[in-house]
Amino acid sequence: MRIGIVCPYSWDVPGGVQFHIRDLAEYFIRLGHEVSVLAPADDDTPLPPYVVSAGRAVPVPYNGSVARLNFGFLSAARVRRWLHDGEFDVIHIHEPTSPSLGLLACWAAQGPIVATFHTSNPRSRAMVAAYAILQAALEKISARIAVSEYARRTLVEHLGGDAVVIPNGVDVDFFAKAEPKAEWQGNTIGFMGRIDEPRKGLPVLMKALPKILAARPETRLLVAGRGDEKEAVETLPSRLRSRVEFLGMISDEDKARFLRSVDLYVAPNTGGESFGIILVEAMSAGAPVLASDLDAFAQVLDRGAAGELFANEDADALADAAVRLLGDPERRAQLRERGSTHVRRFDWSTVGADILSVYETVTDGTAAVAADERTGLRARLGLARD
Amino acid sequence: MPPVTATLIWILVALVVIGLYLSWTAGRLDRLHSRIDAARAALDAQLLRRASVAQELATAGVLDPAASIVLYEAAHAARQAEEEQREVAESELSQALRAVFGEAQQVEAVREAPGGEAAARELTEAVRRVPMARRFHNDAVRAVRALRRHRKVRWFRLAGHAPFPMAFEMDDEPPPALTDRSTV
Repeated sequence: MRIGIVCPYSWDVPGGVQFHIRDLAEYFIRLGHEVSVLAPADDDTPLPPYVVSAGRAVPVPYNGSVARLNFGFLSAARVRRWLHDGEFDVIHIHEPTSPSLGLLACWAAQGPIVATFHTSNPRSRAMVAAYAILQAALEKISARIAVSEYARRTLVEHLGGDAVVIPNGVDVDFFAKAEPKAEWQGNTIGFMGRIDEPRKGLPVLMKALPKILAARPETRLLVAGRGDEKEAVETLPSRLRSRVEFLGMISDEDKARFLRSVDLYVAPNTGGESFGIILVEAMSAGAPVLASDLDAFAQVLDRGAAGELFANEDADALADAAVRLLGDPERRAQLRERGSTHVRRFDWSTVGADILSVYETVTDGTAAVAADERTGLRARLGLARD
Repeated sequence: MPPVTATLIWILVALVVIGLYLSWTAGRLDRLHSRIDAARAALDAQLLRRASVAQELATAGVLDPAASIVLYEAAHAARQAEEEQREVAESELSQALRAVFGEAQQVEAVREAPGGEAAARELTEAVRRVPMARRFHNDAVRAVRALRRHRKVRWFRLAGHAPFPMAFEMDDEPPPALTDRSTV
């Protein structure tokens, strides 16, 4: 099958959607399909052979922050050229509502279009205003995929219609087979994510830490992720600061080893999560998970069966649960075991097969993707004869 | 230029613009209708595939006689159903499949029979794809209905004689033993 995938965010900037697309493309290539990914990228960045650059993304203020987007005449022309050259059986657009490549591709293509909605943003005012324009482009999508039940609900509320839920994929064995690192083992709590992004929840964990250390003084907290380390420990009494170790940004291999080593993985995120891939990765590596009870997290953790949940933003509840888990090796072993059977459904072998089923369902008996030839003025006025 | 001519020109321009807009809307509708047709064809194909695999399994002798009869009856009724009874018949097939493949042991027994592995896989694929195809179809139906309810479409009869599309409602819950992901 010839598959075209549209990535809305810059290939040179690491991010969840980019990684998802990379893994998906490589999975399909391994199965023998032909895949081409259209993504924004600087012209001088080295790209894998299956990625086609759509030009540099332009930073513009959008939706309260500066987003790097592709739009305008040149980008639209590149999208058309890619569609024309690719002769795809199906195209798969990610984040079609962001005013970037996804929307342009939706606008420019006709034929079987599959779209994945990753985020579950609250409805923005721009989207309300642009609803009519958006609707005309979005109604070309033959199949919609939401990454979680929560993302599907937002999609249904904002845009109407329906979607099938297919979770994000993880290479479970990559994490399950990683080698633990001795220096990260032994009474360790792991945290991963941007330090200076409050939504990732490090401040909640810092608030809970004194109580955890009071009950179990030998505990160490390992923090992986970029950000200002000094600022992060500011709220902590200085004698406790030595119990926190910052690892900075770590590679994919080290991430797997990190998750494989820690005794407890804590995800205190306070909001803005539509899936929670890190929880799946932690479970794949066999780390017992303690997470805030966000909708998306509760779903990934099978309503608390595959990992424990605590009340969001409640540092005391977090501390109590962490102390209890650290002192109960049996319960942790149980969580490890439940987690590693539970994550099988997020493995690429399952997720990829489901996405392929969607492609096959929409391509059954329809023509391939083509550039949407605009009906000329003459045709509209009924003058053209063919 | 006398004011009358100017007014006339403006009226003409307005009419052309309105005409183009209506023509564009009609194009949108046309595209949506063909999307429904494609989605409906895909749904039909998946339903038919599911009924065929179910019927094959029922007559293959790998199930006990009672289960075979229940499954055969439901699959046969689903394939023969008239358009108006189709949703009910297909829902009954879903129920029959859930009843027959309610336990993991039954699925195991099918897998162990000669050729059973392939049959079980086909059935698993079919029961997974029916809900997908149905969702895609109903999503297309919703988009058309939203557009067709609009004033411009009703007043100018842009939808022509195309029938008002209906969603396909049925019970498509797959048997849990077949779709249990943790054992795959």
